[in-house]
Amino acid sequence: MSVSDSALPILRIEPAARWTWPALDELWSYRELIGFLIWRDIKVRYRQTALGGAWAVLQPLVTMVLFSVIFGRVAKLPSDGVPYPLFTFAALLPWQMFAGGITNAANSLVSSSGLITKVYFPRLIVPIAAVTATLVDFAIAFTVLLLMMAWYGVHFSSAILVLPVFVLLALVTSFAAGLWLSALNVRYRDVQHAMPFLVQVWLFASPVAYSAALVPAAWRTIYALNPLVAVIQGFRWAILGAEAPTAVLLPSMAAVVVLVAGGLIYFSRMEDTFADVV
Amino acid sequence: MSSEPLPPRAAIAVHGLAKRYRIGAVSNPAFRYGSLRETVVEAARAGARRIGRLSARARTPDAFIWALDDVSFTVDRGEVVGVVGRNGAGKSTLLKVLSRITKPTRGSAALRGRVGSLLEVGTGFHPELTGRDNVYLNGAILGMRRAEIERRFDDIVEFSGVSAFIDTPVKRYSSGMYVRLAFAVAAHLEPEILLVDEVLAVGDAEFQKRCLGKMQDVVHEGRTILFVSHNMAAVKALCRRALWIDAGRVAADGSVDAVVDAYLSGGGSAAADGLVPADAVRVGSGEARIRQVELQNRRGDAIGQLYLGQPFRIVLTFDVERPLQDALVVIGLSTLDGTRVASSFSTDGGRSTFGLAPGRHRIAVDVDVTLLPRTYTIDCGIVRSTGHDVDTLQRVLDFSALDVAESGADAYRWGTVRGFVRPAATWHDVRPVAAGEIVHAGERP
Repeated sequence: MSVSDSALPILRIEPAARWTWPALDELWSYRELIGFLIWRDIKVRYRQTALGGAWAVLQPLVTMVLFSVIFGRVAKLPSDGVPYPLFTFAALLPWQMFAGGITNAANSLVSSSGLITKVYFPRLIVPIAAVTATLVDFAIAFTVLLLMMAWYGVHFSSAILVLPVFVLLALVTSFAAGLWLSALNVRYRDVQHAMPFLVQVWLFASPVAYSAALVPAAWRTIYALNPLVAVIQGFRWAILGAEAPTAVLLPSMAAVVVLVAGGLIYFSRMEDTFADVV
Repeated sequence: MSSEPLPPRAAIAVHGLAKRYRIGAVSNPAFRYGSLRETVVEAARAGARRIGRLSARARTPDAFIWALDDVSFTVDRGEVVGVVGRNGAGKSTLLKVLSRITKPTRGSAALRGRVGSLLEVGTGFHPELTGRDNVYLNGAILGMRRAEIERRFDDIVEFSGVSAFIDTPVKRYSSGMYVRLAFAVAAHLEPEILLVDEVLAVGDAEFQKRCLGKMQDVVHEGRTILFVSHNMAAVKALCRRALWIDAGRVAADGSVDAVVDAYLSGGGSAAADGLVPADAVRVGSGEARIRQVELQNRRGDAIGQLYLGQPFRIVLTFDVERPLQDALVVIGLSTLDGTRVASSFSTDGGRSTFGLAPGRHRIAVDVDVTLLPRTYTIDCGIVRSTGHDVDTLQRVLDFSALDVAESGADAYRWGTVRGFVRPAATWHDVRPVAAGEIVHAGERP
């Protein structure tokens, strides 16, 4: 070979440090693999299903009908002046993305054990790919929202331009939770059994079926520590022109930052043992 | 943080590398991960142990094994080094550490250049995806860039010989097609350093020959390669130098002929003790428990591998807890993927069953069979004449059947091993056929 020795990078292998920060710069050189894993998830997700991609529409649609009947009609919950189906669907969009994201992410490392025990790559890309793949379902369901808005005659305001910020916030939140859950799941398969409860509790702790205005003012700040509160309020603001989520944005963002930072540290602490334990 | 400098000519430098595993964290898949409850219980016990440190009774030795124990060596750029050793000696762990799949417990290593590792063919293949999709996915997983895969795609498909099915989901492939496509991707990796673990042991004879040829091309391209294999013929064909890893240490390092010979003749001393671990999966009613399984030569020395055609003895030691009237013992020889190659019962040939009184017993069986070169494992059991299992164990002791006889006069010289045993066969000499003799009907003029 004609490559000169000194030009080649040197890789050093040493025992694990106890507490580290993940090598985020390394992720960039693995961006193609992240892309391939996302592409695989999307391609495989609805294989051998009769309805295929229609599931991405059916899931939020059926939930919306259920919520509209139970919470809108029977319980007569207020919906900030917009039709209840639209009110809850605008929240179900980010909610389904988030719930799908944490469920995928929590199982991601365990279901990739075949890769983890045979090939090196930064383990972080596994939950990243799992969370990002949910964007496709989101995009499909979003077209349904557009149809519903046309049906109800609701128009967008310029606030719609801010929507990507809240999509990103939802993704980062599910990534943050996914970091903790996936790493814990490698060690303790209890996580798999606890996931349905966690998702359910989180659903009721978020203003999906009801309006955040129902939460007593004194509790709002604590309530907003759930980042989904800002995400959903943001969606309703950007799409339906509800009140801007100015008050809840700061605590929600702060909670996400803490959750992500803690998750990254915990993940990289556990990462070195994944191949031995999974 | 950064340790010893890498010598200018070196591609790989390993210093005092050690890796510790918790037993049970690796050996038995059923116990590889715990539940939270176990951990809580364990933590409570550990706390109690700390409090009760004074009582000697509470001190149980921690179950750790050193899969690698102070391994040091240097490989120059362009060198091709074979790594040989028994199963469980630490060869695969070494490759896992060097390919960064797991971190060492102690020591360090430095590698110069892009590292490609091939611990398995077809890592990350998804059954639902087509051959084409899997080439891209697998290539990316092995560290190839998309542009690189695109450039080599046609070569890969051609080498695999499955081009007609490249747009078919691989779940419809035969296992041979699957392996060929997977190897084809791996064969087109172009890192400076290649770590290869026993991947030639796949596919049919024809394909193995092509794989070996491909490996030879790679060798001639001046790449640095660490090549783990149980196939001594392949190691000798590909490598000038070999490392013998035994019990996590470098037992020998030098020219391939010297090291392979040392390994083949000296491996016996390092045989496992054959004690059945406490967490072994047993099936049976439990009146008796097998405690130890030994592989011995006919002189009664424990051995870890068999020369080609070497007669051997299997010795079982077991404890009888409740008396048995109609016991018999069975041994089985299986490949590591669980295919039973041979079985023998103590009642074979019309021998009767036996009664067992409580206490420790031992039974030996002398076996005459020429096993073809491969790693085998011993299954064994105590059963009753009714067919009920008393105590049966699978995969209690692994051993390798070698490709040369002890005298060196007889050898299995072929790169591929087909079948499991060499039957007792008597070959007659070739003789010329006289013109007037009756010939086969098809050859009649």
